[in-house]
Amino acid sequence: MALLELQGVSRHFGGVRAIDGLDLEVREGEILGLIGPNGSGKSTAVNVITGLYPPSAGRIAFDGRDITAAATHRRLSEGIARTFQNIRLFGGLTVWQNLWVAQNSARDRAARGFLSRWMGGQSGAREGIGKLLAFAGLAGREDELASNLAFGEQRRLEFARALAAKPKLLLLDEPAAGMNAGEIADLDERIRAVRERGVTVLLIEHHMELVMAVTDRVAVLNFGQKIAEGTPAQIQAHSAVRKAYLGGDH
Amino acid sequence: MDFYFGLAQLIGVHTLLGLSAYVVLLTGQVSLAQAGFFAIGAYVAAMLTVLAGWHLVPALGAAALTGATTACAVGFPALRVKGLMLVIATLAFGEGVRLFFFNFDYQIARGDVKVGPLGGEGFRQIRFFPENGWTTLEVMLFIWIFVLLVMALLWWLDRSRYGAVLRAVGEDELAAQSAGINLTAVKVSAITLGGAIAALGGGLYAHYATHIEHLSFGILLATFAIAYPIVGGLASVFGTLAAVLFVQGFLVEGLRDLGDWRNLLFGALIVLAMNLRPRGFLDAGNLRAIKRLFWGGGRGAP
Repeated sequence: MALLELQGVSRHFGGVRAIDGLDLEVREGEILGLIGPNGSGKSTAVNVITGLYPPSAGRIAFDGRDITAAATHRRLSEGIARTFQNIRLFGGLTVWQNLWVAQNSARDRAARGFLSRWMGGQSGAREGIGKLLAFAGLAGREDELASNLAFGEQRRLEFARALAAKPKLLLLDEPAAGMNAGEIADLDERIRAVRERGVTVLLIEHHMELVMAVTDRVAVLNFGQKIAEGTPAQIQAHSAVRKAYLGGDH
Repeated sequence: MDFYFGLAQLIGVHTLLGLSAYVVLLTGQVSLAQAGFFAIGAYVAAMLTVLAGWHLVPALGAAALTGATTACAVGFPALRVKGLMLVIATLAFGEGVRLFFFNFDYQIARGDVKVGPLGGEGFRQIRFFPENGWTTLEVMLFIWIFVLLVMALLWWLDRSRYGAVLRAVGEDELAAQSAGINLTAVKVSAITLGGAIAALGGGLYAHYATHIEHLSFGILLATFAIAYPIVGGLASVFGTLAAVLFVQGFLVEGLRDLGDWRNLLFGALIVLAMNLRPRGFLDAGNLRAIKRLFWGGGRGAP
């Protein structure tokens, strides 16, 4: 069953068609890779899915509901969370606070009253955030300012912040950028662990080894259009994909 | 002694004004509208005590409520714009309020005198304190009760999730949105709270000054309001208090003997202060140092 469905979605910037009539289906429970050369529209697709850019045309449905016009913060409470290609943490807030402010899921809203959610102290959130800290390997660092963390730790914190909203769908925008081999192996495990908990993952990534290892299916973008879709093995053998990446007649 | 009590009254009222801008600044918004909310509070509270014969405390409550309502109504359209455009929009609002009171007459006869606001003449004879026999010391203490209450409220808010959300919006709006935070709701709530605090300060100001006029609520006051939290730093409410003490206590009063040279030095000292402490007087680092000094050890010690 499709959790997220894009039908003919376009986004133009002036004359540039960053994505152009994109059809994409993310099935519940899968890890879908979204790859493509630089400038192929991957990040624009993420920004359209999360509502930062309204689409110029097309329709987006999530969990059976039309969310084409929904505001970004609404989409998060519906269950779409993301990380950013260039990490965007709240640098002046502590690690703990970064996770705390992101608890805006529909389930959080239902579970706690307005006053206790907004005005309550840290004690009400302690257990949930403790789990997230452990998941991100940041236990014991909760009082550190986010801006003081090392690069890899910041990536892990951002990952945990996205999970703080208890998403159904997690969009990871190039999470392996700037990471070394050890950290990438770590990330691989973390992505699988998230899926084990029933979270669907859309992985936008340049690092082919990671994509081929961790995903169930891969979709390939070029010039804002989907040129191929299939299992990692099918994609590796696909002639249009080889052409998009390498040029010429491969 | 009365001179110092009077100065303490002024510092208290300006602290409220600065705190009203502090709340809004936490969300990253520079508002020059705070003097406008302050003026609204001053006129509303004074009209209620003088014309309607209310006691001061409910009059202050009504003033704060009016300030909050106005701020909420202004916040919705104003906060759709950002940066310099917001500065201009809020400045225009503040000037609009000032010009409204410049043209606002509402006088009623009380015996053989007329009382109430009279346009450019201002609003004279706001005599709640003298009529009830309050001394300058009592008035000062009364003002500081409100200052301390508001500081305690904001200090507590800073520890709540709401406080963390305000700062998150100030840090990075895009990330905050993506973390499920409704930017409009958060910003409007902050300016509403700020409007209530500024109007409370204005109501207190009108009563200790006993005479208000539109000229007191101009751009200079709006600039002071936003300068306090910037000079004092956003790490804590105490930064704003420190900045008011520095500006009103030291720069304005302490250097009075220098005559006209004071204005020159005033600007230079603000620039110097901002250069020495670009993140304000009190930042997270020296707050931690102060905590260590008083409570010893703690975590984070190297």
